[in-house]
Amino acid sequence: MTYETVASFAQQYGLIYIIILFAVAVAYALWPSNKKKFDRASQVPLRED
Amino acid sequence: MARPVQSKSLTIEEGAFAAFLVLLALICIFVTAKADDGVMGFHAAVGAIFAALGVYFIFRGYSGRTMNVAQEIDGRPNYQYGPIKFGILASVFWGVAGFLVGDILAWQLAYPALNFDLPWTNFGRLRPLHTSAVIFAFGGNVLLATSFYVVQRTCRTRILGNVAPWFVILGYNALIVIAGTGYLLGATHGKEYAEPEWYSDLWLTIVWVVYLIVYLGTLMKRKESHIYVANWFYLAFIVTIAMLHLGNNVSLPVTLFSSKSYIAWAGVRDAMTQWWYGHNAVGFFLTAGFLGLMYYFIPKRAGRPVYSYRLSIIHFWALIFLYIWTGPHHLHYTALPDWAQTLGMVFSVVLWMPSWGGMINGLMTLSGAWDKLRTDPVLRMLVVAVAFYGMSTFEGPMMSIKAVNSLSHYTDWTIGHVHSGALGWVGDISFGAIYCLVPWLWGRREMYSLKMVNWHFWLSTIGIVLYITAMWVSGIMQGLMWRAYTKLGFLEYSFIETVEAMHPFYVIRAIGGALFVIGGLIMAYNVWMTIARGEAAESEARPAAAAAE
Repeated sequence: MTYETVASFAQQYGLIYIIILFAVAVAYALWPSNKKKFDRASQVPLRED
Repeated sequence: MARPVQSKSLTIEEGAFAAFLVLLALICIFVTAKADDGVMGFHAAVGAIFAALGVYFIFRGYSGRTMNVAQEIDGRPNYQYGPIKFGILASVFWGVAGFLVGDILAWQLAYPALNFDLPWTNFGRLRPLHTSAVIFAFGGNVLLATSFYVVQRTCRTRILGNVAPWFVILGYNALIVIAGTGYLLGATHGKEYAEPEWYSDLWLTIVWVVYLIVYLGTLMKRKESHIYVANWFYLAFIVTIAMLHLGNNVSLPVTLFSSKSYIAWAGVRDAMTQWWYGHNAVGFFLTAGFLGLMYYFIPKRAGRPVYSYRLSIIHFWALIFLYIWTGPHHLHYTALPDWAQTLGMVFSVVLWMPSWGGMINGLMTLSGAWDKLRTDPVLRMLVVAVAFYGMSTFEGPMMSIKAVNSLSHYTDWTIGHVHSGALGWVGDISFGAIYCLVPWLWGRREMYSLKMVNWHFWLSTIGIVLYITAMWVSGIMQGLMWRAYTKLGFLEYSFIETVEAMHPFYVIRAIGGALFVIGGLIMAYNVWMTIARGEAAESEARPAAAAAE
């Protein structure tokens, strides 16, 4: 295993891995059924106890 | 009402911290006796005293309480406010001290004789004292204190542990004392924003691991099903700072009794590691951490939920994925490979989008409540902070472009940019949070004087504007003079001619800094008077506060 093989593996699959992770995060944020949960969550600091 | 009578006993936590600190005190005494140099002897002695004080406080806390600490009182979380109060007071103290040292440096640059030719007051030693005092002492205490507050309130649960949060906040301030005195005595790692020597680094590692455990443990026992977004930013700050700190401080001490150490790698690798650390200290300490403040204190103060919770999630993940790659823009046109420089530049430019997404999210939280800016100087401070965030996160990506950087790098423009972020964004958002928290923590209706808050706001805003405009002019002029050639191809100006030309701008900068220091002093007086004389809040408002101590 040379430096070049490790580097090219890390560069290609790292790119794919990170883009997929980010796409999952964006999908989670924009998923329509999560809307209600987020509306509730945004009220958390405003509710007094 | 009848509460079950609880017996009190020394908890495992108290015993473990006491045993650890006793051991640490003994090690410090041993090192003091064997120290190779004066700095190590002095710091080990200070460490022994701090550790012994810690043991004393643990046992005083034990003998002072009548029963084990309750998680809830009358169905409400029994929030622990003690360490938060300490952190807020410490941040006010370190803030004023750090601003003052910065302004002294500004006057020294205008009038070099002001260092009085003494080794302890020369620019090289005072400069890390200033940067560490404002970033790590002022900013760090604000982050620790607000994170402990926000995590408890948004999780509706008492913080994990009784001694551990105190250990984090006091241990962190002990580090600051060790680091700051070390700079004045000439002990330095020689790495910007990572100057503390190896033994301070080890100590910070211990404190930081306890911090992470306290934070995660509090999140795990939360009563709220969703983890509020401010906590995500705080957690990213804690985890990433741990990673950066360990990565950039792989150094070997000369001997175990010496204050001097050397980093494991050299040359351009060291430079790259240093700026991977350095820029992510900006990204995760001065940005992610303080965005946690923005997402809690602006909605709270404006009485409105954040503009878009979805945007806040995208803001978070985009920031996390992008920031970590931007470090190489500090090393344009150096021995660093070109591809790495270009990578740093591209990621810096892309970072503009999440930064502005976050800024819009913060500002639009006020939609429908803009009139509050007229009447509430605290909210105004928080909002102007976000405006400065937007401004400096536009300027930063622009300066990271190689062509722009060839003009701006190594000039005062960089200093101006850093201060529009540090004074405008970090400073103002922290002041706003302090003005919110002091009345809430000490059970006061409002700050002692909102008029003084207004004065602080205007003094610091005018101070910042004077500072950054002076540095823009001075920096661009300096860059242009450095690259000016005569007809015959010689450099047109000698270095000292550029220094002479910058003198008036240095004076303007120092005046702006002085205004900022005066604003800080007004805040300190106002905080003091709020605690000493402030009008009490209605009794039902915060009954948990009194019981929490």
